[in-house]
Amino acid sequence: MTWIIRNLWLIPALPLLAAGLGALLQRPQRRLAATLSIGSMAVAFLIACGGFAMTLGEHTERQVHNFPWFQFGETLLQLGWVLDPLTASMLVMITFVGGLIFIYSVGYMARDENFTRFFCFLSLFAAAMLGLVISNNLLMLFMCWELVGLASYLLIGFWHHKPSAAAAAKKAFITTRVGDIGFLLGIVWLYHETGTLLFYSDGAGCLEQGALAKLVAQTTVGGMFVSTAISLLLFCGAVGKSGQFPLHVWLPDAMEGPTPVSALIHAATMVTAGVFLVARMYPLFNAQFTTGLTQDSVLPPISTALQVVTWTGAITAVFAALIAVAQTDIKRILAYSTVSQLGYMFVGLGVGGPAVGMFHLLTHAFFKALLFLGAGSVIHGCHEEQDIRRMGGLCKRMPVTFTTYAVGMLALSGFPLVFSGFWSKDEILHSAMNWPVSKGPFILALTGAVLTAFYMTRQMWFVFFRPRTELSLGRGDGVHDFVPHESPPIMTLPLVSLAACAVLLSIFATPVWPWFDAYLAGHLSELHLGWSGDAATGIVMVLSIMAVVIGLGSGWALYSRVGDGEAIDPIEQRFPGIFAALRERLRVDEFYEITILRLSRIVTALSDGVDRFGWSACVDLVGFLTVGLAWMSRYFDQIFINSGFDVSCENLRGLGRLAGRLQNGQAQRYLRILAFGVVLLIVALAWMGDSSR
Amino acid sequence: MLAWTLYLSFAGAVGMFLLPRENLRAPRVLALGMAVAGLLAAVGGALQHPIGGGIVVIAKQTWIPSLGADYFLAADGISLTLVLLTGVVATAGVLFSWNIELRPREFFAFYLVLIGGVYGVFLSFDLLLLLVFYEIAIVPKYFLIAIWGSTHREYAAMKLALYSFVGSALVIAGFVAAYVVSGAQTFNLLELAKFEYPREFQLWAFPVVFVGFGILAGLWPFHSWAPTGHVAAPTAASMLLAGVVMKLGAYGCLRVAMTLFPEGLAAWRGVIGILAVIGIVYGALVALVQRDFKFVVGFSSVSHMGFVLLGLATVTTIGLSGAVLQMFSHGILAGLLFGVVGRMIYDREHTRDLDQLEARHLGRALPFAAVTFVLAGLASMGLPGFSGFVAELSVLIGAWQRFPRLAVIAGAGIVVGVAYTLRAIQKAFFSGAEMPSPDPFQAGHGESAISVPEKVGAGLLIACTVVVGLYPRLLLDWIVPSFNSPLFDGLRRGAGL
Repeated sequence: MTWIIRNLWLIPALPLLAAGLGALLQRPQRRLAATLSIGSMAVAFLIACGGFAMTLGEHTERQVHNFPWFQFGETLLQLGWVLDPLTASMLVMITFVGGLIFIYSVGYMARDENFTRFFCFLSLFAAAMLGLVISNNLLMLFMCWELVGLASYLLIGFWHHKPSAAAAAKKAFITTRVGDIGFLLGIVWLYHETGTLLFYSDGAGCLEQGALAKLVAQTTVGGMFVSTAISLLLFCGAVGKSGQFPLHVWLPDAMEGPTPVSALIHAATMVTAGVFLVARMYPLFNAQFTTGLTQDSVLPPISTALQVVTWTGAITAVFAALIAVAQTDIKRILAYSTVSQLGYMFVGLGVGGPAVGMFHLLTHAFFKALLFLGAGSVIHGCHEEQDIRRMGGLCKRMPVTFTTYAVGMLALSGFPLVFSGFWSKDEILHSAMNWPVSKGPFILALTGAVLTAFYMTRQMWFVFFRPRTELSLGRGDGVHDFVPHESPPIMTLPLVSLAACAVLLSIFATPVWPWFDAYLAGHLSELHLGWSGDAATGIVMVLSIMAVVIGLGSGWALYSRVGDGEAIDPIEQRFPGIFAALRERLRVDEFYEITILRLSRIVTALSDGVDRFGWSACVDLVGFLTVGLAWMSRYFDQIFINSGFDVSCENLRGLGRLAGRLQNGQAQRYLRILAFGVVLLIVALAWMGDSSR
Repeated sequence: MLAWTLYLSFAGAVGMFLLPRENLRAPRVLALGMAVAGLLAAVGGALQHPIGGGIVVIAKQTWIPSLGADYFLAADGISLTLVLLTGVVATAGVLFSWNIELRPREFFAFYLVLIGGVYGVFLSFDLLLLLVFYEIAIVPKYFLIAIWGSTHREYAAMKLALYSFVGSALVIAGFVAAYVVSGAQTFNLLELAKFEYPREFQLWAFPVVFVGFGILAGLWPFHSWAPTGHVAAPTAASMLLAGVVMKLGAYGCLRVAMTLFPEGLAAWRGVIGILAVIGIVYGALVALVQRDFKFVVGFSSVSHMGFVLLGLATVTTIGLSGAVLQMFSHGILAGLLFGVVGRMIYDREHTRDLDQLEARHLGRALPFAAVTFVLAGLASMGLPGFSGFVAELSVLIGAWQRFPRLAVIAGAGIVVGVAYTLRAIQKAFFSGAEMPSPDPFQAGHGESAISVPEKVGAGLLIACTVVVGLYPRLLLDWIVPSFNSPLFDGLRRGAGL
């Protein structure tokens, strides 16, 4: 137990502290707010590097630090953190990329009146994301998961005076929350089955052998293993957070947030939390009932959960890339590209395991953050214009942005050899080709690679290369026209740093020196000088290079003739229907609008109506009946009982009068009555005596 | 120590009438003093309470020997949690009523009587005494709403009073039956709980008592007093109503119905679980389309109380503990939400219509109210770090063990909860509607800034939800061992706790 592992909590705590202090600052204290946030990230980065160094040694043990949180009877709920290669690599990436984006934001948000609040939210996000990564407990991970969602909500809606931003923030939060129900239920189920939510705890954690054996020994609905069912529930959360089909709809809308937010949250870190979750839970996803089965068992060699992960990723990868082809907003293209790349990461996890998926996650974090920040620089330089058709010729006006953007674009397209994206994508393709279940994901991924190169070429052409004759760009109406300019150094320096990383990272996962694979597996790899791959590796590499070349070439061939931004897109000329459908984003939003949303509106209106008119009516009816009964009682009382009383009184009085009349003092009448009475008595006695005999 | 909570409250209510009539300030100072003293007594009592549970007898005197009724006050971890809740909400309620100018003596007198009655219910271990306090708590609500209320106040007050009395009638019927059938000549809850009632008797007595109390807990479909009552009530009264009075019902269900009739519970708990989940989803759905801000919060209370009832229906230690924790959590949050809507917004804007508020940009005009409501909203949608998350998670874990399907549906209810909360937040505070006037600060009609008492009250409630959210052991260390006491023996036997 060293200093680093005991104090790993400092890494998220520092940005959290910065967020807390930032919340107390006044609007004019801009410099202090930015210094606090960036400083905390810098220190966190140093500690993260220390942690990273600790995991580098040969056969280093995974280290955990657990502590009790609360107790229900015998059940003890523990929280804790873990330091292993997975966590360490994420920590370094987040603090490094995050720190650069913080620095960039100083320039980008310079004119915003809520500058201090922006840094407060950014720090809050960083704290939650770092907490998510170090968690050794699924519950703590979930808590941070929700907090990053909250920070994302606050930052997407940062310009909440724009109705579209407010709507996008709400949509993002609610859509991801839909996935989170599955996640939460998965947690509850896992806890129910294993009695712990700790990942690793000296053999008692839920990702360790004992718990997994228990989970695969039982089956549930449809003959699924319990482990598979839980994995799929957890995967729902990942689908929501990482914008996978069919819950991808929030991510493109989230581009309403400031661009640094898009770079940090919606490209490099938060959206990859879903991938990280699957990587973290990989032992559970991969769990199979193996013991006691014969060789020729009918079980597929790949667990159902991983198959679902792979197919979801593969479909999303192509689906989102197709939509990106027809978009015109610079950030939306990148957003769909992110969705597509996240799909690749899931394919990587599914077919090749954590190392393959995670490596693409890391390389993507660098080059996609680079692309977003570049796009931000372009938008900044073009006075908030985001439509690529109204840009052009920026390669001369914004040379630094152009160069770095080109690096990012080539890395994203997977341009061979010197760009990290090539190697990470190549690894995914390679694993996909060897996947025993199906070749489908491989073909889809290869198609996606062509499309990626294609839409990035299209974007590059419109933004940077398209020749322009007029001095100012824009809509030509005198109001929205602008003269583009390069961004200040505080924005370009992060671009250059990220571009350098996008290239340098390629060192770590070439077939020559598959360092990253070995690192995640917990041992050091040796350097194989010379060709170590088999023939298949070569074939995949050739195919992958071909895909890139086809994508770049066809993109260039199609678009290099388009001079006028307002002209009809070449694809639209040939396939107007398909292009329109893609531009409309395949109408997924509209589909949800007419199905789920309409249904929910009907149900809510119905519930409201029932409550307003149904239950209230019942209650009022009961009240009305009660009051009616009361009135009835009153009338009954008045007419029958009361009048009965009155009538009896009247009768009594009448009787009195009658009696009074009888006593009129006439002796003859008295005697007559007396005689009559005596006779009556005698007759009665005689009759009774008779009958008694 | 704990008994002082109710003596102080009643003393304060009497003391109100010794104050000069024309002084507007003295009543609220006295009320605050008594509420704070009550809170301190509650905290003091809690600190004396042994960690690890058990029932601590506070006072036991013969009261009506012919009936076998005692003046019997006692506390376990459950009472303790709810007494603390009452102290906190009562204090915050006075702070949020600092601007009452219509007959303040009477207002605070009724207020303190209500509080005293609530403390009494939570501490009574004698059924007859409990019933007396229960009725004492109901009556002032009627006057608070009918005199100081707003929208449809007479209708709402009458509806609330009638619902409450129907509930009490059922409870009384159940108590009398339990008293007679046991033949033990006592109303002592601990004695009665030892008695094993015949199964057939439990099968009808349990629902009678449970529904009788459940009405006050917002049990669907007997919830409809709650939203109208909350809406009509003055701020402090709706804080108390949602914050503690609804807990009286849930507390009665747990403390009396479930401990006396465990077999009845075992037979009916599926039904209760279903009703609870309907309440969760239904309350949330209805809250999603309300235009009146207070109705949103009112229906959200129905939804959150559904989690309490679901937790009770699970009859697992974790579910029951979660239910008690949720009572605490919802009490704090409902108090906070009603405080913001009723005091901070309605008293200044004179409207609660969300469509009208949309144009007023309260996020700029009343930033403190906005931040407070956002925090309360986040806590109420079950965001980790606040008390609601731990409570709802425990209930869900308990529910998963007993009714997995219901747990899934309840999970869906949480998502709707997010939707209505975000909708209300955006409409009320951060709408994108056009500014009606060029000066944003004009929009609030030059209303006063948020006052110090409001800030203190809001701060107190937020602190409670955060502290419990981050360190739930604070309460759970009292709550969880309570279920080991002899009172719950029957429950452990009959329903497999």
